[in-house]
Amino acid sequence: MDQIVLQILNGLDKGSAYALIALGLTLIFGTLGVVNFAHGALFMLGAFCTVTVNRILNLGFVPEGATTQSVGGFNFGSPKETPYLEHWFGEAAGQAIVDWSVPLSILFAIPVMLLIGVIMERGLIKHFYKRPHADQILVTFGLAIVLQEIIKYYYGANQIPAPAPEAFVGSFDFGAMIGMDAGAIIYPYWRIVYFVFALIVISAMFAFLRYTTFGMVVRAGMADRETVTILGINVDRRFTIMFGIAAAVAGLAGVMYTPINSPNYHMGMDFLVISFVVVVVGGMGSLPGAVLAGFLLGILESFASMREVIEFLPGVNQVVIYLAAIVILLTRPRGLMGRAGVMED
Amino acid sequence: MLGLNKKDAGLLFFVAILLVFAPFLLNPFPESSSLAQFNAGYPDLMQRFAIFGIFAIGFNILFGLTGYLSFGHAAFLGAGSYASVWMLKLLTINVIPAIIISTLVAGVFALLIGIVSLRRSGIYFSILTLAFAQMAFALAASVLTPITGGETGLQTALNDPRILDGANETGNIPSPSLFGLETGATWQMPVGDWLFTFNAGYYMCAVMMLIAFYVSLRIFSSPFGLLLKAIKTNQNRLNYTGVSTRPYMLACFVISGMYAGLAGGLMVSMDPLAGAERMQWTASGEVVLMVILGGAGTLIGPVLGAGFIKYFENIFSKINKSVLEGWFSFMPEGLQDIFVTILYPFVGKGWHLTLGVLFMLVVIFLPGGLVEGGKRIGKLFGRRKSKDTETGETNPAPAE
Amino acid sequence: MGILEVQNVNKRFGGLQALGNVNLNVEEGSVHAIIGPNGAGKSTLLNCFVGRLIPDTGSVMFQGQSLLGIKPHEINQMGVSRVFQTPEIFTDLTVLENVMIPAFAHRDGAYKLNPFARVAKEAEIRDLAEHTLEDMGMKDKLTMTASAMSRGDKRRLEMAMCLVQDPKLLLLDEPTAGMARADTNKTIDLLKHIGETRGITKVVIEHDMHVVFSLADKISVLAQGTVLVEDLPENIKGHPKVREAYLGEAQV
Repeated sequence: MDQIVLQILNGLDKGSAYALIALGLTLIFGTLGVVNFAHGALFMLGAFCTVTVNRILNLGFVPEGATTQSVGGFNFGSPKETPYLEHWFGEAAGQAIVDWSVPLSILFAIPVMLLIGVIMERGLIKHFYKRPHADQILVTFGLAIVLQEIIKYYYGANQIPAPAPEAFVGSFDFGAMIGMDAGAIIYPYWRIVYFVFALIVISAMFAFLRYTTFGMVVRAGMADRETVTILGINVDRRFTIMFGIAAAVAGLAGVMYTPINSPNYHMGMDFLVISFVVVVVGGMGSLPGAVLAGFLLGILESFASMREVIEFLPGVNQVVIYLAAIVILLTRPRGLMGRAGVMED
Repeated sequence: MLGLNKKDAGLLFFVAILLVFAPFLLNPFPESSSLAQFNAGYPDLMQRFAIFGIFAIGFNILFGLTGYLSFGHAAFLGAGSYASVWMLKLLTINVIPAIIISTLVAGVFALLIGIVSLRRSGIYFSILTLAFAQMAFALAASVLTPITGGETGLQTALNDPRILDGANETGNIPSPSLFGLETGATWQMPVGDWLFTFNAGYYMCAVMMLIAFYVSLRIFSSPFGLLLKAIKTNQNRLNYTGVSTRPYMLACFVISGMYAGLAGGLMVSMDPLAGAERMQWTASGEVVLMVILGGAGTLIGPVLGAGFIKYFENIFSKINKSVLEGWFSFMPEGLQDIFVTILYPFVGKGWHLTLGVLFMLVVIFLPGGLVEGGKRIGKLFGRRKSKDTETGETNPAPAE
Repeated sequence: MGILEVQNVNKRFGGLQALGNVNLNVEEGSVHAIIGPNGAGKSTLLNCFVGRLIPDTGSVMFQGQSLLGIKPHEINQMGVSRVFQTPEIFTDLTVLENVMIPAFAHRDGAYKLNPFARVAKEAEIRDLAEHTLEDMGMKDKLTMTASAMSRGDKRRLEMAMCLVQDPKLLLLDEPTAGMARADTNKTIDLLKHIGETRGITKVVIEHDMHVVFSLADKISVLAQGTVLVEDLPENIKGHPKVREAYLGEAQV
């Protein structure tokens, strides 16, 4: 029993990331009809927003009169820098701000990702609405490579750690909280934070689509683009904004994921492949399907990683998502919740 | 000639000439000149031209003719590689059995994956092939380590049985050979300031590529090829025309997979090593790129695309900051710095950035690839009548 | 016994009864027209003949053999060809290639994997395709890419693609829809001509009464998924039930 609960919990954080990326992919596909292979790169860009914010917050200067650090006669080169933040706000406040740099990055990432999304749509994607899906895949694939290589050029090829705030470092005994044996289910705080964050973003997206006129038009556009255009509604501008929002969602997923997995330049590609599988399993063009499939596959993956399962079926943890995708595509061609007529030919 | 019409025979002849004289054509710059770094006439690179040419030709038979975009073709290349390393280990160091088996193994692999994947089309087909390839990659890197050598890869060793070769007396790991002629054997010919290198392995690959190209020419001009083109255009009509599309697609997929396997077998014959990363989806993406860049659905396109990408990959990777500085040294210092700074991210380790940009530019402005570009330039100079270029590729060839 | 016998065919889409107890008997060598107002179920019925839809109940027999559950390409191989309402052709290929493909399918069966045969050497198929196109008055367009043709030509091309297979039964879904009057007359002549020389049985769905009465040997009137009348053209013209079905459509 506790094993089951533990594996479900373990699947939630990856599942959240899958769900968030898949949600954006589906939005873009549903509204714009574009298969966006650069979506993983947007996730990666989000993660590097955190890295950037972290670096900006740690910017410092050399106080006047500071001497070169030397330990035991060895000269360590540059003198110790004092971060501007500590200089301005005092040591405690400055360090607190740096400590909370990951959540703070959200504020930075939202406008940046929105802007990147809008530029991408206006500058590139909009020219591909009428082109075949193969062309869309290829051009966005090229864009993904470009974005990834730019990041690699400026930030290097290594992973860059971005720790969670002190308050959320460490784990807690989830088992004891729900009345099981103490120590049965130990769960890191940040994963819960990530899951809750994902739920908030997903709910916000659904509420936005359901209860605002903007969302209504977008949903109508997803169902029948031509009719909406005929009604005299400027769908194009809304779709641009929608692309920006999808980019921001992917970016936020990346921002908050950094403490779980230190960002590197190719993390987007790793997630992209699985996210596409998620979208297809959920059903091309179905938002609830994408979210559901994201969590399901995340949990499935964590179950497959159990020691008992691996002993029985070695390597299954590596392939279970693809296996699930193959089975579902063959038995339910439209995915779990797909509509008829989407990408049928 | 050889059952080809004039135009195809001309293409075959053109490719044959390119392949035979590649050691000269790719080494146009004297050794002592500063342009020598643009020479590409050394064995390793020439082998890659031919091998990736085969891979791309095979991929084009699938994607170019039927429009089915496979994102998992590297799996067949990988399967072929592993199979041929095993042949070199177990049977003989002679590469012939290795190449044959690699092609067959990849064919069987493609048959199995094709039976499942071809039940869907469009993006679903792409995702299914991607899923299978990623599975193959993940398993090869982990659980299948006894067969694949895991992350370190599979290679020949001194104590391999090699049952046909008899006792190994030299005490060295033998190199792959073609009936005793090592594929690494090279012969150099200095002519003045030029140095031309001829490599046994390269010519073996070149012969295989010529055969592969010939087979692709025949497929393109066969009723089978015509039906594959029809599948791309209107599969629905084809069903109501009494054609069962599944066997055609499957045959096409298997042939295409066998090309990939052949390429894998040749890679191992040149360098007896196979690693899991050969199956990764980035490797699949690379071959898609070659075909698109050259011109999908055209005959010569994939060959050009493969050559183009492999050449520039090699050249760009070699350029470093000091080389750039050398080029722009004639400029005033400030200007030189600006140029070097702008170009530096695109060269050396930044080759992938160039590749990505190039890829986007081709898809955006030149969907027909290099072949289309060549035609446009040709039109510009009025060398061809416009009628020719419009109907060139799809016309049934007039009987000779 | 007719070449195509349809008995008690029912088809439901959710709550909609698309076809209700449809009976049809098509005589060999005849032209059988199916007319009826929009949404009467004409195209649905045709889809049941070619394997695109399977009726919920009832039987469809072609030359005494059931067509239910048989795949489209197998039905075609039995000798049933179909012309679609919007032309289904191979737009990227040339006109000649468009017609050669069905010719191959007719000669070689559902599949023949011959990657080393050569299209250029198939003189027999080529001649057949050229002759068929000549019959259709398209001899001058052999090397044209199909997508570049006019709508009327696309329809004639599709007809040629069906005729080159020498079908026993030809199904035509509104062969003259959207055509100008001159084009329509040309098509009527073509269809008549084919009927005389080859004796192909034809089932025609048509809106244009001019076409129907120029061609048909027998007419079935379909309305709301059921056959109202099946009779000779001269009896259909003044039939009260038909008038009722077409109320507001003053063509009859």
